[in-house]
Amino acid sequence: MLETGTLPNAAGYYGPFGGRYVPETLVAALDELEASFQRHHRDPAFVAELENLLHFYAGRPTPTYHAARLSRELGGAQVYLKREDLAHTGAHKINNALGQGLLARVSGKRRVIAETGAGQHGVASATVCAMLGLDCVVYMGEEDVHRQALNVARMCTLGAEVISVTSGTRTLKDAINEALRDWVTNVDSTFYLFGSATGPHPYPRIVREFQRVIGREARAQIQELAGGLPDTVVACVNGGSNAIGIFSAFIEDPGVSLVGVEAGGYGGDQGEHAATVESGTPGILHGARSLLLQDEGGQIIGTHSIAAGLDYPGVGPELAYLHHVGRAEFATFGDADALDALELLARTEGIIPALESAHAVAGAIRMASETSSDCVILVNLSGRGDKDMETIAAQLGTRG
Amino acid sequence: MNRIDASFKSAEAESRLVLAPYVTVGYPTRESAVELALAYVEAGADMLEIGMPFSDPIADGPTVQLASQIALEGGVWLEDAFNMIERIRSQTDIPLVPMGYVNPFMQFGFDSLARELAAAGADGLIVPDVLPEHADDIEAAHAEHGLYLIRFAAPTTPRQRLRHVGSGAQGFIYCVSVTGVTGSRARLADDLPAYLARVGEATSVPRMVGFGISKPEHLRALHGRAEGAIVASALIDIVQASPPGAGIEAAAAHVRNLAAAA
Repeated sequence: MLETGTLPNAAGYYGPFGGRYVPETLVAALDELEASFQRHHRDPAFVAELENLLHFYAGRPTPTYHAARLSRELGGAQVYLKREDLAHTGAHKINNALGQGLLARVSGKRRVIAETGAGQHGVASATVCAMLGLDCVVYMGEEDVHRQALNVARMCTLGAEVISVTSGTRTLKDAINEALRDWVTNVDSTFYLFGSATGPHPYPRIVREFQRVIGREARAQIQELAGGLPDTVVACVNGGSNAIGIFSAFIEDPGVSLVGVEAGGYGGDQGEHAATVESGTPGILHGARSLLLQDEGGQIIGTHSIAAGLDYPGVGPELAYLHHVGRAEFATFGDADALDALELLARTEGIIPALESAHAVAGAIRMASETSSDCVILVNLSGRGDKDMETIAAQLGTRG
Repeated sequence: MNRIDASFKSAEAESRLVLAPYVTVGYPTRESAVELALAYVEAGADMLEIGMPFSDPIADGPTVQLASQIALEGGVWLEDAFNMIERIRSQTDIPLVPMGYVNPFMQFGFDSLARELAAAGADGLIVPDVLPEHADDIEAAHAEHGLYLIRFAAPTTPRQRLRHVGSGAQGFIYCVSVTGVTGSRARLADDLPAYLARVGEATSVPRMVGFGISKPEHLRALHGRAEGAIVASALIDIVQASPPGAGIEAAAAHVRNLAAAA
C-alpha cells in the first residue's frame, strides 16, 4: 500500500524526493509558512472563507463535461473533461492563489511575489492580491513575456508589477531563480506565493492541498455522470500542480490509472523538449530533490515546449515519487500533437484549451482511440486557450 | 591541524581578520583564474574561496552570476576545479575552500568529491543550498577526508536554530551579512554587530562574514566583531571594469588594500 496519506514526512520527503535545499536565510520563513499552513488549513474559519471565495469568486465547482462528440469521433473510450478552464482567470491556478493569498494575509506580509511561466499563475496571483489588497510582483522570463503578452497585460491591469527576467534561459526556471533571490532579500516583508507543486518543503504540500479541490469535485462528478470511477485520469505535467490536484483524489483507487503527459517539444534531443520524468535524472533544483533535465556535470539544461507553462526542466517531488513507485505513468506528446488535439477539441466540442492542457487532451485522444467505448477517461482541462491565441493562430494558420 | 584552524589561530595571534577573496573556477578564463588566485595570495589573502559555477545560483547576485555564466560558457567542469585547486596548492599553504551548489556535487557523488578535493589540497567545502539537517551524507564523506563542511548563519536565523547550527560547526561559520544575495554594498547593515554577537554566543568556531563586504572600512568595522571576511563581488566587479589584461593587477591591488585593513 502506498503511504501517500502520510506523505510528505516531517522533513518534506516523498520517498527519495522533496526536502528543503535552500540558503539558510529562508529557513525561518519556510518554518513560519509551514506553521501557518498547519494552523490554518484545517481551521474552520479559514476553510469557510476559502470555500466561500472558491464558490462565489472563482466560480467553483467547475463542471465535469462529457465530450460526447469528441468521443464519437475517436470511436473508443468516453472522454470527460474537468473544466478548470471555466474557473475565474481561466485556469486551475486560482485555487492555489486563493489559498496562499489567505495565508499571506494572516501572515501580515503586505507584499506578495510570484513566478510565472505561461502567466496563468501570475494572473491568478495578481487577481487575488488585487482582491485582498496586497502588493504583487510577478517574475516572468523574457521569452514568456513575449509569447504570453496578453497575460502580461492582464497582470498589469490588475495592478501587479511584472519583472521580465533576462538571465539564463529566460523562461520559468529563471523566473523562479529571480523570485527566490527577491525572497532572500525581502523575506521579512514578503510572502512568496509559489505556483507549482515543487520547490522547497512545504510548498509541494501546500500547493497540493489547495489544488485537491479539483480531484475532490471531479471524483464525485464523474461517479454521478458515468456511474463509477474513471479507468484513467489524464493531466498535463510540468511542475505538476494541476496533475497532483486531480490525481490526489484517485491515488487510493487501484483500478484508476493515472497518466501524466509531458511536453515532447519538437524532438527527443537535449533542449528540444521538457519530458522530465521520461528523460530526467535525480537532482536538486529550486529547493527540492526530484527528477531534472541536466547534463552530466549537473548543470540544468534548457527545455522547449510550445506551451510556456510546460517549459521547465523539473517536476514536483510527489509526482516523481508516484512515478518511482509505479503509481502514475507518464507519456510524452509534442508541440504538433498538442496543436492537433487543440484543433480537434475546438472543432468537435467548441472548447479551445490552453496549449498546456492540449497536451493532456492529446494523451486522452491516443488512449481513447485504443480502448473500447465502455472505458472512461477523465481529462483535467486545466486552462483555456485565450492566452495562446496568437501562437495558435500563427501555427494553425500556417498549416495547409 | 586543518589549515583553516591554523589560519584563524595565526590571525588571532596577530589580531588580524582572516581575509578570503573569492575566485570563480574558469573566470575570467581557465588559465587566468589560477593567475588571479595566485595574485590574491601574493597580495595578502589568508584563505581563498573557490567558486564552482552553476547554471542556477539562487544565492548569488548579478556579479557572481555573470562570472559563473562566463565560466560555464567556457565549458568548465568540476575537474577544472580540482585542477585549479591543485595548481594553487602547489604554490601556497593557505586554506583553500571550494564553494558550489549541491546539484553538480550530487551528480559527481559526495564520496568521490571529497576524495578528489582532499587529493587536490582543499580544506573544506561551502554548499549554500544544503542545510545542516540535510547534510549528513555530504558531511560524513568530507569528514572522512579531513575536510570541513562549512555551515551558514543568516540574520534571519532564530537564536535556538543558531545554537543548533553553531554546536556542530567546523572550521568557521559563514555569516551572511544581510538578508539578500551576494553583491557589493556601500555600507554594512546597521544590525550586523548585534547579529554577529548572537552568532558568537551560539558557537565556538570563528565567524567569517560574507555578502556585501567590499571595502577596507568594512573590514575595519568588523574588528572585534568577527574573525574574518569573504570578498567576492567587489573583486569580480573590478575585473569586469578593467581593460583587457589589467583586471588581475587591479583586483589584486584591491586585495592588498583590504589586507592592510584586515
